[in-house]
Amino acid sequence: MSILETIEQGNEPEQGLKPRSELTARELLREVGAVLRLSEAEVAKLGDVPVDPSEDQTMIINMGPQHPSTHGVLRLMLELQGETVLRCKPIIGYLHTGMEKTGEQLTYMQGGTNVTRMDYLSPLNNELVFSLAVERLLGISDDIPERAVWMRMLLSELNRMSSHLLFMATNGMDLGAVSMMIYGWREREEVLRFFQKVTGLRMNHNFIRPGGLAADLPAGWRDDVLGLLGQIGPRLDEYDVLMTGQPLWRDRLQGVGVITAQEAIALGATGPILRGTGVPWDLRRDQPYLRYAELDFDVIVGSYGDAFDRYAIRLNEIRESMKLVRQILDRMPSGDYRIQNKKVTPPPRARIDESMEALIHHFKIFTEGFKVPEGEVYVAIESPRGEIGCYIASDGSPTPYRMHVRAPSFVNIQCLPHMMRGGLVADAVAVISSVDPVLGEVDR
Amino acid sequence: MADTADPEQQTAPEPVALHGCPLVVAFGQRVLFVPRDQYAKVVKALLADGYEMCVDLTAVDYLQMPQRTVPDGVVAERFEVVVNLLSLKDRLRLRVRVQVPEADPAIATLFDMYPGTEAMEREVYDMFGIGFTDHPDLTRILMPEDWDGHPLRKDYEVGQIPVQFKGAPN
Amino acid sequence: MGIVNDVRDHGLAGLQHNFITAQVEDLVKWSRSRSSWPASFGLACCAIEMMATGAAHYDISRFGMEVFRASPRQADIMIVAGRVSQKMAPVLRQVYDQMMEPKWVISMGVCASSGGMFNNYAIVQGVDQVVPVDVYAPGCPPTPETLIHAIETLHQLIEDGEIVRRRQVSGAGAEVHVTEIPAAAQPVPVLLGVR
Repeated sequence: MSILETIEQGNEPEQGLKPRSELTARELLREVGAVLRLSEAEVAKLGDVPVDPSEDQTMIINMGPQHPSTHGVLRLMLELQGETVLRCKPIIGYLHTGMEKTGEQLTYMQGGTNVTRMDYLSPLNNELVFSLAVERLLGISDDIPERAVWMRMLLSELNRMSSHLLFMATNGMDLGAVSMMIYGWREREEVLRFFQKVTGLRMNHNFIRPGGLAADLPAGWRDDVLGLLGQIGPRLDEYDVLMTGQPLWRDRLQGVGVITAQEAIALGATGPILRGTGVPWDLRRDQPYLRYAELDFDVIVGSYGDAFDRYAIRLNEIRESMKLVRQILDRMPSGDYRIQNKKVTPPPRARIDESMEALIHHFKIFTEGFKVPEGEVYVAIESPRGEIGCYIASDGSPTPYRMHVRAPSFVNIQCLPHMMRGGLVADAVAVISSVDPVLGEVDR
Repeated sequence: MADTADPEQQTAPEPVALHGCPLVVAFGQRVLFVPRDQYAKVVKALLADGYEMCVDLTAVDYLQMPQRTVPDGVVAERFEVVVNLLSLKDRLRLRVRVQVPEADPAIATLFDMYPGTEAMEREVYDMFGIGFTDHPDLTRILMPEDWDGHPLRKDYEVGQIPVQFKGAPN
Repeated sequence: MGIVNDVRDHGLAGLQHNFITAQVEDLVKWSRSRSSWPASFGLACCAIEMMATGAAHYDISRFGMEVFRASPRQADIMIVAGRVSQKMAPVLRQVYDQMMEPKWVISMGVCASSGGMFNNYAIVQGVDQVVPVDVYAPGCPPTPETLIHAIETLHQLIEDGEIVRRRQVSGAGAEVHVTEIPAAAQPVPVLLGVR
């Protein structure tokens, strides 16, 4: 009997967590063994999971989906023995928006509005990966003007800063340092004000489009960025004093939510989770995109794979991003902010009055959209949460045939059960917070 | 961004073979077309080759594109399961494409080799209805438990409702 | 005016009577509008702007609302911030039912008001299909100023007594629509009515 027939006969298991007593030994061992890439015999020798699961002094509790500590609508089912978490299962789907289906209805120029709302804390990175994938398919990746490329890098790094600042704010609040919440948002406002000046919106900008960007940087942007850096820099040192060195903070985060490099790679985790275990994998350096190969920055790596490492990595990544922004400031070239290819980018507004051809191109691009050659491509960049990838399959029409975004948080959430195993319930919140999931991209 | 030494291959890809399956280079990316019955074996061989991370597992419903280009010897089916693998040591990516027929939409699971595919395969099952044999927990992940249908299939409607204006005659 | 002149000329000794009468209802409505606590129902991007409204820069604490109550039993206003998916709709209704009267709902953002840009199978096209909404705030996401305008509109309605209780007849909300205020580089104070 095929698996689909089994399911259609109504034996479909629920999405929830079944208590340990209802699982066979093989299923329990598989949960642990697959991640550690060990055989059943080796896992049994570990003594982690008792071979006889008939003891049922365990309790299953449900956290969420409406809970102030979960980052968005994440539902967690925990199986507890006393205060110890034995097993955990995240249940997602409460924010499923059908973005991939909607993506098939929108043209490539409109696709940015859709994709940008997935990871709403770093929307410019979503738009960037979508635009890079479309440009790959169009074959214009090497023709994007230098200024557009450097502007994209500037916005991407500023977005990384604002996303990590929000992580510090929510991490602080989840652990009880409520004042950190207020400070983090205060810093974020500075970056959002700059974004508003450049793109017109505080969030969900739809600014990075296939072919370049929607508009040029406004006059006076250099002073704004320098002011921003001057303000945030010293405040990061304040946060070091407030949190990093503080014994209470360290006790709450060190040793909590430990994951090993082997587990992280097996689970597909990327970003600060993987770097926290000691693996120095950062797409900006290892598979460079845009002009990151020409810039000088460090990849921050931890050693213990615990929540404190992930916090410290993100804090220092803000500093690295500031270093990158300074370099971009010095080296920003002049030129066009988008490729002047009539088939892809709309002509300048002034030309519409002069030339019939320009008017027709403008009309076609905005109503029907531009056609992209048949093929499929996968492009990945480094978002604040890990590797975000965009897989587009095109059939030669103005809308994507299939648009799929590989969301880092979707895969990182699978680390939660392994991080929480053996820990306390009170640490569950700290662990979720250190993984920093964004449910918009988890559920899409 | 180029995944091979020569990223200029665009049209007229030259198929090579890897583990007995045709390998194509398109848009600077390497794509391996694996038949369904050898899928688990080939992926295990790739894992041994050094592709230690499975970055993404998704599917495409080619119902409206039956005439797409595939290498010789590959029979194009309605569904395709697409797996993206990454080798951290060599900084190489490889994409595996497996054809899955509509009549029997089932394929082997990669959970035992790459536990990170658990949620990805559940999503493919939820959105396309492709079953993964021996998956530890094949249930819907994004839609509610009792939802009917598989939303990302091409014969599933978007579900748009016509825009209604207040006070306008129906 | 007589009382005011007497106090101005003679101080407190100018008071003929040392009590001022008013309606209890006015006091109740005034205090309800000045300290309405929101239930945190942040779902997606609008939740980020809602948190920004609660942060130091825009600060809804000056309207008495900085405490986002985790328990719906202790909350007055439910700000539905974000897109409501099919799976989330029953949870939304459950949280709304747990709130005690008088309760109000602000639908924040276009996704909550009408489904927004996601006109598809997965999103409930307007939260008012699930709960009765009192104020709709447009924007994607609405800037904090728009949200404050929506909150202040609601407060004004509460204080004027127009929606102290859910309508007995229809069980519907007030259904007031707010126009979006574009974000200014420097925040502009929002004043509504005479206080």
